[in-house]
Amino acid sequence: MITIKNLHASIDGKEILKGLNLEVKAGEVHAIMGPNGAGKSTLASVLAGRDGYEVTAGTVVFEGKDLLDLKTEDRAREGLFLAFQYPIEIPGVSNVNFLRAALNEIKEYHGEDPINAKDFLKLVREKSAIVELDAKLASRSVNEGFSGGEKKRNEIFQMAMLNPKLAILDETDSGLDIDALRIVANGVNILKSPENATIVITHYQRLLDYIVPDFVHVLFDGKIVKTGSKELALELEERGYDWIKEELAL
Amino acid sequence: MSELLNSTEIDLINTNGYTGVLAAEQKQKASKILETIQFPTTRTEAWKYTRLGKISNKKFSIQKGSVSDISEYVISKDAYTIVLINGIIDTSLSSTDLPEGVICSSIKDTISTEKLNSLVGKNLKLENEIFHSLNTQNALDGSILLIKEKTILEKSIQLIHILTGEHTISNVRNLIVSEKNSQAHIIQGFFSENATESFTNSVTEIFVEENAHLTLDKIQFEDDSCYQVSTEQVEQAKNSTFTINTITLNGALVRNNLNIKVIGQNCCTNLNGAYLLKGNQHVDNHTMVDHIAAHCESHELYKGVVNDKSTAVFNGKVFVRKDAQKINAFQSNANVLLSDDATINSKPELEIYADDVKCSHGSTTGQLDEEAVFYLRARGLSEKSARKLMISAFIDDVINKIENKEVKTFVFGLLQKRFDWEI
Ligand SMILES: Nc1ncnc2c1ncn2[C@@H]1O[C@H](COP(=O)(O)OP(=O)(O)O)[C@@H](O)[C@H]1O
Ligand SMILES: [Mg+2]
Repeated sequence: MITIKNLHASIDGKEILKGLNLEVKAGEVHAIMGPNGAGKSTLASVLAGRDGYEVTAGTVVFEGKDLLDLKTEDRAREGLFLAFQYPIEIPGVSNVNFLRAALNEIKEYHGEDPINAKDFLKLVREKSAIVELDAKLASRSVNEGFSGGEKKRNEIFQMAMLNPKLAILDETDSGLDIDALRIVANGVNILKSPENATIVITHYQRLLDYIVPDFVHVLFDGKIVKTGSKELALELEERGYDWIKEELAL
Repeated sequence: MSELLNSTEIDLINTNGYTGVLAAEQKQKASKILETIQFPTTRTEAWKYTRLGKISNKKFSIQKGSVSDISEYVISKDAYTIVLINGIIDTSLSSTDLPEGVICSSIKDTISTEKLNSLVGKNLKLENEIFHSLNTQNALDGSILLIKEKTILEKSIQLIHILTGEHTISNVRNLIVSEKNSQAHIIQGFFSENATESFTNSVTEIFVEENAHLTLDKIQFEDDSCYQVSTEQVEQAKNSTFTINTITLNGALVRNNLNIKVIGQNCCTNLNGAYLLKGNQHVDNHTMVDHIAAHCESHELYKGVVNDKSTAVFNGKVFVRKDAQKINAFQSNANVLLSDDATINSKPELEIYADDVKCSHGSTTGQLDEEAVFYLRARGLSEKSARKLMISAFIDDVINKIENKEVKTFVFGLLQKRFDWEI
């Protein structure tokens, strides 16, 4: 699905990613954990193509294509989805209207016919139910006046609508109470299939009780320094990150 | 000053045997002013940000034009239509079945009602006002619309102005009177066809009488080589409501003077404006709400999107006189700059001499939220679509002030035409 090799990226001349390697295959769930400031969101931003990040070395191949060569929208159209750590509010832009436009542009990119109004509404109903997002919220301005939890659910709702191949969830669990966490995790699990993959960026092990990862990676100072099974997450939760530093003599 | 018009054309007007509601004395007064007046420069406060060289350097002439197909300019299919070509009513293109309760005629007809004669020019300042004087001296034609007492007009009335020809001037003069307890919706559309560097100098005088309701939608879409200076001179009597929505989507140089005198109590005044500019356009909205009487409210919302090398000027003044207590006046101007070469000059002004009032004003100028553009693109929208969506979200609340569906649809159509819009 995606192969990241020796990725170096900087912002304002400051190197944040320092030779990151990661391979994710279809059907897999990967968790990336790491202390604040390690570069987790930077990785997500670089993959999504946010302005201001300079890739100084390395390659990213996504479904056989050079991902870094694609415009942000084309990355999305190829099936990459980023659930933002801080979803922004966009007053005046209707959530469903923009999703319909996005969906149709994605379809057009693949040479498919646009979705008709009836099918689209059906899809909205079906997918908003997955994350228990009030249909009224779904049609309001993007995230405007949403609570923190509603914003995160809206991200997963959008993901459900767009049905990506690879979803990157950047701290989707932060700020969620346990009910909201369960709803979001349940949504992610429902959408899981052998054809797609998920990268879950998180601080806390508790999300991984609900979204069970096949691999857990530790991102530290711009690199993945350790990879293990889901038990690694428990160990990190218990012992923090310092022991890894010592173990790896970082 | 005499440079502005070809003198032969002025003769044409004079030999027309022109006798209309514009009293000869007003015309004389205007002529006298025009003998000595100079074009305002940027040293004149009211013209600080708008240079008139494009107009003052040219010679314009009055020409009779003709347009065969007006379907493109018909804003509402369901309205009574009056078509004016270069400021002259074309009866063959206008509706013949005018509604009951409305007197519709031309200012060139001698209407013998004392009332109309007393209203024309009543509030229009001529001293130091070159365009008003020019209009008063030279107006050949224009509509008089009088909505009779207690008339509730179901259908809209639309004045479709079409400018045509090269270096043409249209000094169009309209008078709208909403009599007591009447209600009406009037549309003014300004268009051009095969026009180059032509000039519309329009004056519309409006009287909204006691407890009358009048809504005016003004759509400006003349060619991007054409100039327009237009004035709405409004007077509101007690318990009346006046709403004007000014949508400016094209024109090389457009100056709107909106002067509203609220002389009666319990009035409501709504002024909304949207301007979307590109290329080298220059659009200047000068508004003035003069609260003379107490217990009134005014709401003003102007929004602009300014691209390329274009310039937008907003000067909104709210004047609250000493005895005008309990006034609620709100004013807001917001702008989005889409290019580094675009310019905004925004000056909201409150001048308050009463002590028990609630007034606020605000002005913002910014760029599109790039984070939001990225968010939308990250969901698969092209950059162009994302920007369009953001711009329409910004301007939508003004466009949505237009209550008439047909007008709104027409505006969206123009946005599509000019900016390749998809709303
Ligand atoms: N826009 C930015 N400008 C400068 N430095 C930044 C910017 N964004 C992030 N950083 C820095 O990059 C580092 C990694 O940040 P981030 O990727 O957000 O970490 P994480 O998501 O792992 O907490 C931090 O040191 C942070 O201060
Ligand atoms: Mg982060």
